[in-house]
Amino acid sequence: MSGRPMRDERLSLIQAAFVIARRDFVAILFSRAFIFFLLGPLFPIAVGAIAGGIGQQVENAAAAPQIGLAMQARDIDRMLAAHASLAPRMGQALPDMAVLERLAPGETFDAAGVLERREGNWGGVLTGTPAAPVLTVTGERTWWAGPVALVAAVADRTAPTAYPEVKTQTVATSGASDTRGRMRTAQVGQVILFLLMMLLAGMVLSNLVEEKANKIIEILAAAIPMDAVFLGKLFAMLAVSLVGIAVWATAIGGVMGLHGFERLFGGAISLGGLPEPGVGWPMFFLLAIVYFAMGYLLLGSVFLAIGSLATTVREVQTLSMPVTMAQVFVFLFATLAASDRGGWLEWSAMAFPFSSPYAMLARAAQESALWPHAVAVLWQLVWVALSIRFGAALFRKRVMKSGPRLKPGRRFARSAPRPPGPGA
Amino acid sequence: MSEGLGERTAADNAGKQLAIEARGLVKRFEGTLAVDGVDLVVPYGAIYGVLGPNGAGKTTTLRMLLGIIDPDEGERWVLGHSNPQAIARAIGYLPEERGLYPSMKAYEAIAFMGALRGLPLAEGRRRARALLEANDLGYAAERQIRQLSKGMAQQVQLLGALVHEPRLVILDEPFAGLDAINQGKLERLIRDLAAKGATVIFSTHVIAHAERLCDSVAIIAGGKVPYAGSVDAARDRIPAQVRLETRHADGPWRAALPVQARREGAFWHFPLPESGVEPLLRALIEGDAGIQSLSIERAGLHDAFVAIAGEAAARALETAPEAAR
Repeated sequence: MSGRPMRDERLSLIQAAFVIARRDFVAILFSRAFIFFLLGPLFPIAVGAIAGGIGQQVENAAAAPQIGLAMQARDIDRMLAAHASLAPRMGQALPDMAVLERLAPGETFDAAGVLERREGNWGGVLTGTPAAPVLTVTGERTWWAGPVALVAAVADRTAPTAYPEVKTQTVATSGASDTRGRMRTAQVGQVILFLLMMLLAGMVLSNLVEEKANKIIEILAAAIPMDAVFLGKLFAMLAVSLVGIAVWATAIGGVMGLHGFERLFGGAISLGGLPEPGVGWPMFFLLAIVYFAMGYLLLGSVFLAIGSLATTVREVQTLSMPVTMAQVFVFLFATLAASDRGGWLEWSAMAFPFSSPYAMLARAAQESALWPHAVAVLWQLVWVALSIRFGAALFRKRVMKSGPRLKPGRRFARSAPRPPGPGA
Repeated sequence: MSEGLGERTAADNAGKQLAIEARGLVKRFEGTLAVDGVDLVVPYGAIYGVLGPNGAGKTTTLRMLLGIIDPDEGERWVLGHSNPQAIARAIGYLPEERGLYPSMKAYEAIAFMGALRGLPLAEGRRRARALLEANDLGYAAERQIRQLSKGMAQQVQLLGALVHEPRLVILDEPFAGLDAINQGKLERLIRDLAAKGATVIFSTHVIAHAERLCDSVAIIAGGKVPYAGSVDAARDRIPAQVRLETRHADGPWRAALPVQARREGAFWHFPLPESGVEPLLRALIEGDAGIQSLSIERAGLHDAFVAIAGEAAARALETAPEAAR
């Protein structure tokens, strides 16, 4: 039968995957789900802003803990004067002090009792004299001993202390602030990557379950390889997400380009003050997209394989919960690893396939070298290929619940023409 | 393999091209034997019925023929190929469990199913509109599937299975869920497909459709095929029934009736004796039955199906209880 017409042959894997991807892409792009996908990132931002505002308000409402002075009256006055002279120079590093009790000469005071009875807003009690102060505090405030010693030293002097005038010159950035800023960039990048990946993996899973519920899957299984269904769905969602990212990028770019934008938030967002990532902004964005694609393909293939095992939404939720939790741990691991530059933690995070995209994005924010990214992308590609292959095999095997025993060489064998014989 | 199939393969299909040939197909699901050595031979251009009670193994057999699932044992040749999926463009399939994307428009759904079988999308859309018009569904072309009635959605799916003009059409319970008018339309459609040279194989548990449409049928019961062959041969398996009305209720003529004879009102019913109608008539006349009327009715496919499937199911239960899925 080698002379059979070409039109009988089924679509190739790529052609079939394209048919599925095209359908899914168009269907998702013009669905309500895509609107939610676009609006999705606004929710955590809004929740974060609201939570931050509430937290700030709560913090403001709670008075800062004070050191209660329980000394003789003269000593208290000297301590308060010394505190007043130091406060403008030391700012928040200097704990607040207030009079707890003016003692008569020879009178003793039960400092520990005041704290144990949880009276007032006392974080500690200072007794003794400026020359021999005794600070009673809980364990987490032992660091107050330093500032208290400084105040006591100033209070114990007879001559007034002269502080030299320090002139300040302000610059935009420094090595220290760059490192800190880049770390912040890395963390923000990781969070966005994590949110995007979880959102998309969830969407691709819902899409598959919906398909199983609609009974479409049998029509697909009869016409094209199941691997193509798997690939088509995976890449359709990737394409949808790239459209979403493009929309966000355009919207953010447009808003930031608005005249007077920087004044919108009281100057809180200063574009000029953002530290440039180690690899530079253009390469950072490019790498962010590449790592997002890698991370999504890895996670998406796991989720699709899970989806093939489930028949109902409830089953999907049950099965995907451990993977979701594991992904949260992976994210936390990568976040922790970002603070261990050059350490074994960072190397482990870069090597472990599921944390590698996060870890490498953090590295892109902090280091300028590009070659590690080339190696990492290749490494991740290998794992993406393995993950897709494993996921597709499980998907093919389970999605129709056919469960045929795989015979070596049979599955992927090309069709053989019928041998001549009776009845042919 | 059933004896009947073997005989037909040798005698009737010799020299014919076969659209489907399956030998000894076996499929188990988690230890349960769903299909137990099914053989099928379907010539090109035939309308072929796969009959069987619910759960007999019809759908599993069709899925194996389509390559959706692989048999655990046995082999199949579909349009001359061992891997049916390799020639998916030549096959159209309507599954028993209907499935369409609810948000898709009717014509898009048909074009999509064509695209799955290699039909370019633009051509698929053009054909979809033409098919909908030809089947009095042109007004529904732009409607979403969720807006269609169940019967209409089913017709859309059927058109989707045909839009790429397949040479082999496999329909799993295509009449289920259709009203009488649409069942009639579907019967005409199947005849038209066969007239254009396509091979049509469909499963059903409603025998009347098979009797009207099919050249040949396979009866599946308990995962086996106790009969495969022409509809006429199936009917011939059951003796013709005699319907006799006599003037006298009793007399020496009663000895001429077979033991299976039963009386229903004024009539006697019994299978035509193997010796034929003439000895029977002679005995009735000589025995002074006073024949008022006598008719001989050929058994219908329904009777044949009940007899064959019933026997097979009973045998399956006796020999291998696990086979009855």
